[in-house]
Amino acid sequence: MSKKNGYKAVVVGVSAGGMDALPRILKPLPKNFPLPIIIVQHTHPSGDDGFFVRYLNQRCKLEVIEATENQPIEDGKVYLAPADRHLLIEQDRLLALSTASKVNHSRPSIDVLFESAADAYDSGLIGIILTGATSDGAKGMKKIDDCGGITIAQNPETAKAPAMPKAAIEACEIDYVLPLENIPEELLKLTRKVIFTSSLNQGDIS
Amino acid sequence: MKRTDIENLETKLLLDAIYKRYGYDFSHYATASLKRRIEHFLNESNHDKITETIPRLLYDEVFFEELIQTLSITVTEMFRDPFVYRAIRGKIIPTLKDLPFLKIWHAGCATGEEVYSMAILLKEAGIFKNFHIYATDFNNHALERAREGIYPLKNARISTVNYQKSDGETSFSDYYQSKYDSVIMNRDLKKNITFANHNLVTDSVFGEMNFIICRNVMIYFDKILQERVFHLFNDSLSIGGFLCIGSKESLQFSEVYDNFEEVARKERIYRKIR
Ligand SMILES: C[S@@+](CC[C@H](N)C(=O)[O-])C[C@H]1O[C@@H](n2cnc3c(N)ncnc32)[C@H](O)[C@@H]1O
Repeated sequence: MSKKNGYKAVVVGVSAGGMDALPRILKPLPKNFPLPIIIVQHTHPSGDDGFFVRYLNQRCKLEVIEATENQPIEDGKVYLAPADRHLLIEQDRLLALSTASKVNHSRPSIDVLFESAADAYDSGLIGIILTGATSDGAKGMKKIDDCGGITIAQNPETAKAPAMPKAAIEACEIDYVLPLENIPEELLKLTRKVIFTSSLNQGDIS
Repeated sequence: MKRTDIENLETKLLLDAIYKRYGYDFSHYATASLKRRIEHFLNESNHDKITETIPRLLYDEVFFEELIQTLSITVTEMFRDPFVYRAIRGKIIPTLKDLPFLKIWHAGCATGEEVYSMAILLKEAGIFKNFHIYATDFNNHALERAREGIYPLKNARISTVNYQKSDGETSFSDYYQSKYDSVIMNRDLKKNITFANHNLVTDSVFGEMNFIICRNVMIYFDKILQERVFHLFNDSLSIGGFLCIGSKESLQFSEVYDNFEEVARKERIYRKIR
């Protein structure tokens, strides 16, 4: 599979309102979506029983898995940070976990994922910040922007909790500020060339 | 060269310098976490660039201890993940109870909260003597705090909740004295504990153990270093001994896996059977 446009991964940060927002982003993405999607959702109240992974799997075509340490990142898979661990990306594109102190009162923290992802993927990264009541992720979005990656924020006016996308919009020049339902479309556009080449082999494109 | 590449190069030089000067080998640690810690160290020590710290690190041992202090993540809790302690009470202690002498190794004990938790648990199981806990870490500062057994009072609430969830038999407050804003763990809990410096990367087996606990330490290691440590634990455990690792870690991909049977999956407790 050739990736002419050079994007290699998508990272997503979401907090309050994520239960509703995440399926709406993931559901429209086809099974042959060409990039890995790595997500920090601030710890879900239901805790550590795999509920959220099952919840997302029932609602989207891509396979959703809980991230584990030293796990190779595969295209077309969705990785979710486990409860109570930071999720990071290694230079050699492995997932890593950490029990370090909370960052922005959160573990997992969006900044921790985004900053390490920007180090690993440089300009090949697409960062998305969605609804949330904190400012976690703003520093991470700035770093993605500084490294030349693409930044997308949910339009705060359409977010259940506007603070998080707002903070990101203030922290850097966001490339696309969009309502939720337009984000998957934009992702598909950004990765279109890739989808096209791989669809020749797989023959299913929605 | 991009900025990130230069920073990676600087990190390599730093790690190389402290390895050659002090023997601490971080080359098989997960780099993304290390990088965050190093950035933190730069902020705290008022340096701009990683390589600026190297000359001082080479000559100033106290400064180096500060680096180790920052590089090692020592976040821990009493009865952290209470369900694990419940399983230790229910599934491990009853089997080990009747041994003539019980040796426990707590590897990567940080500031010692888990070690005191274990001492409490043994006490409640009626094991008062004929046991020894070896609690090791490579961070001297953390070991010193562990030896003192004095913790911030503000952590007492979470400790108490965890203790209860672990099926604690009395009240957690029976095990400490509070003074100003600290809690001081009871002296008798320390009787059979040795706190010592041991580096999992470079040091070797130091005795035959019946139970090894090493949680949230290997999560920072790459596969190669994890494998080394699993071999170390395999070689240190007697047949029938138990191993407990962090709840997001896995023994499954190790060469030594076949020597173990799974005792509790979620709690990551294994028993050495051959
Ligand atoms: C996150 S703490 C874990 C504390 C405790 N076991 C827990 O789970 O709450 C990790 C500890 O591992 C120690 N550590 C890291 N690398 C080590 C090594 N090579 N040898 C010994 N200890 C190490 C650190 O100093 C730190 O205290």
